[in-house]
Amino acid sequence: MPATEHPTRNPSAAQLSPALFSFRPLVRAIACTIVPEAAALDEKAWANFETLIDAALGDRPPALQRRLQLFLRAIDWLPVVRFGHRFASLQPAQRARFLAGLENHTVQLIRSGFWGLRTLVLLGFYGRPEAAAAIGYKADPRGWEAFR
Amino acid sequence: MKERAYDIIVVGSGAGGGTVAQELSPLCSDGLRIAVLEKGPKLRDAEFTGREFEMARVLYEEGGGFLTAEGTMTLAFGSAYGGSTAVYTGTSLLPPERVLHHWNVPGLTLDEIERRAQKFMAQNNVHLIEDELINENNRLFVEGCRRLGWQVRQFPVNVKGCRGSSLCNLGCPNQAKQGTDRVQLPQAERNGVEVITRCEVLRLEEKKLFVRVFAKPEGATGEPSPWEPGEYCIAAKIVVVSAGAVGTPALLLRSGLGRRLPRLGCGFTAHPALIVVAEHERPITNFVGHPKSFYLDEFAESDRFLLETCMYFPFITAKSLAGFGEAHSSFMRAFPRLQMILVLACDPAVERNRVTIDAAGRPVVHYYFAPEVTRTLVRGAVASARIFFAAGARRVHLPMAQPPTVEARDAARLDPIAEKTPFHLGKVTVSAAHLQGGCAMGRAPADSVTDPFGRVHGIPWLRVADASLFPDSVEINPYLTIMSLADRVAEKIREEVRSL
Ligand SMILES: Cc1cc2nc3c(=O)[nH]c(=O)nc-3n(C[C@H](O)[C@H](O)[C@H](O)COP(=O)(O)OP(=O)(O)OC[C@H]3O[C@@H](n4cnc5c(N)ncnc54)[C@H](O)[C@@H]3O)c2cc1C
Ligand code: SF4
Repeated sequence: MPATEHPTRNPSAAQLSPALFSFRPLVRAIACTIVPEAAALDEKAWANFETLIDAALGDRPPALQRRLQLFLRAIDWLPVVRFGHRFASLQPAQRARFLAGLENHTVQLIRSGFWGLRTLVLLGFYGRPEAAAAIGYKADPRGWEAFR
Repeated sequence: MKERAYDIIVVGSGAGGGTVAQELSPLCSDGLRIAVLEKGPKLRDAEFTGREFEMARVLYEEGGGFLTAEGTMTLAFGSAYGGSTAVYTGTSLLPPERVLHHWNVPGLTLDEIERRAQKFMAQNNVHLIEDELINENNRLFVEGCRRLGWQVRQFPVNVKGCRGSSLCNLGCPNQAKQGTDRVQLPQAERNGVEVITRCEVLRLEEKKLFVRVFAKPEGATGEPSPWEPGEYCIAAKIVVVSAGAVGTPALLLRSGLGRRLPRLGCGFTAHPALIVVAEHERPITNFVGHPKSFYLDEFAESDRFLLETCMYFPFITAKSLAGFGEAHSSFMRAFPRLQMILVLACDPAVERNRVTIDAAGRPVVHYYFAPEVTRTLVRGAVASARIFFAAGARRVHLPMAQPPTVEARDAARLDPIAEKTPFHLGKVTVSAAHLQGGCAMGRAPADSVTDPFGRVHGIPWLRVADASLFPDSVEINPYLTIMSLADRVAEKIREEVRSL
């Protein structure tokens, strides 16, 4: 990138980042656990989901992206110790139990890591205008006029 | 490297920088050259779409997701023509007398702040919004407070022709909200001040700034910078840094001033906030109407929290609800029935909460939650739950409670929650938009970074004029206080400019 091109706010930077690409099935499995409605997304909706996540990651410092990759790898493999399977092969209830363990972990760093991942998933899902419409959110720049 | 020369350079165009620019702009008619350097873009009116992700990405630093080093709080601050005023809600309040007393800045009184603020209140059309424009999200807050016997107050807001789109924090699509982007900067430009957007100040040297102008990326929103992309060295007789409570300490630290100014970056405060949500039996008007019309400051002095009405967008709401899975989704699906309250903690400025920089010179904010601050957030959230239930909500989501949902029939659970609930940092979403401190005003380098007029100790050509000047929490929505202080800084510059 040329030095005078702003590192953020570059819409063309929204291409599938390595942070996400190699973890695609895992990220989708996590997303369906965090937002059960995600299980009904079609390929186009998943593409929008990923575009949002990628764009958001592109705006963040590189160190954060590295931490995310590390965290994803841990989520992928740690369930083998507890359940004998990688995350994506777990039953929905097992997935939920595993993620709840991270969310409520005694170590703050792990809680924060899960919070960051959960935030990305929620952005990918609810950042899509279709998801906002589906929950009945209809804010309109015309305000009261559009409402009445 | 290209070169330029000005008499006065203002860094940043938010509440502080925009105000300083306007107040210094009459000097242009005497032949002085003044420029504002702003790293964010300037959007055209039609580009304010109100779409959550798109607007957050273009108007906020790091898309609104700037995290503290500890990863426990998100800091929301604008980076655009108008700074955070492009995304603020426009509630316009003055600090209580006790705050000025506690700040103990020589010569600075509430009377003076108030006198200066009057000018900006008039410019910004500050008034109480008409009754028929107030939605149920706000009315239910009033109803709940009154039933509890709590003294609710209406916010004066700075809107002109508000259509009630509730999109203030994504940049007003109707140009109704009066920030420096709509009022002070255009006035400064009419008087001859140049505003250079997409222009980041990298560091300062004696009466010199090193800056980088960014090209507008292909397909991006906003106007291109008035200057050619590239590196510049700008000579200036006076530099006013108004880059905000994160940006200003970071710029001064990048400029190697940390050793001369031991307090630089220290004493960062932010009003850490929780968004608390409740569900009613029926749909209420919430995403239509001005989002923030009422507040409760009854507990500010005794319990250190403020409650404000608020209404957020789907992603921010989803992020604020704790947990995941069906319980989380069920609140999201109830969006048209949701009522929201923002709990803000008045957090004290302490030395270890501070802005530093990383090896690349990027700002890093260290924020450690004192136990009394998290306790305050819990108490504020529980008080919000009482308001929701008094207003008829069927259930409330308290992000720190386990489980987070409290049904109306279980309202008795609130007392134990208030007393015993541990606050799991890193799990509960805490965010802050009132960033303050880091270049406190005071007497000498041992206790502060600037004198009471924003003059950096020992560096007469360097001034600060923004929220970083606050020596401690302002305990109320801060923009009018920032404008008043910026006005004070500008007045001193007008007096001194000829002799520098
Ligand atoms: C969502 C939101 C809602 C709010 N609502 C209210 C409200 O209702 N009432 C209220 O009183 N307050 C509100 N606030 C707070 C208020 O907007 C801020 O306190 C105020 O704008 C801060 O003013 P400032 O001048 O310190 O910084 P800012 O307004 O943040 O401006 C700083 C500017 O400096 C620029 N900058 C930073 N570094 C550099 C650099 N190196 N080179 C060039 N430019 C740089 C930034 O891009 C930014 O534009 C809100 C804030 C937010 C984020
Ligand atoms: S509520 Fe009013 S001020 Fe806020 S964005 Fe809508 S029109 Fe603008």
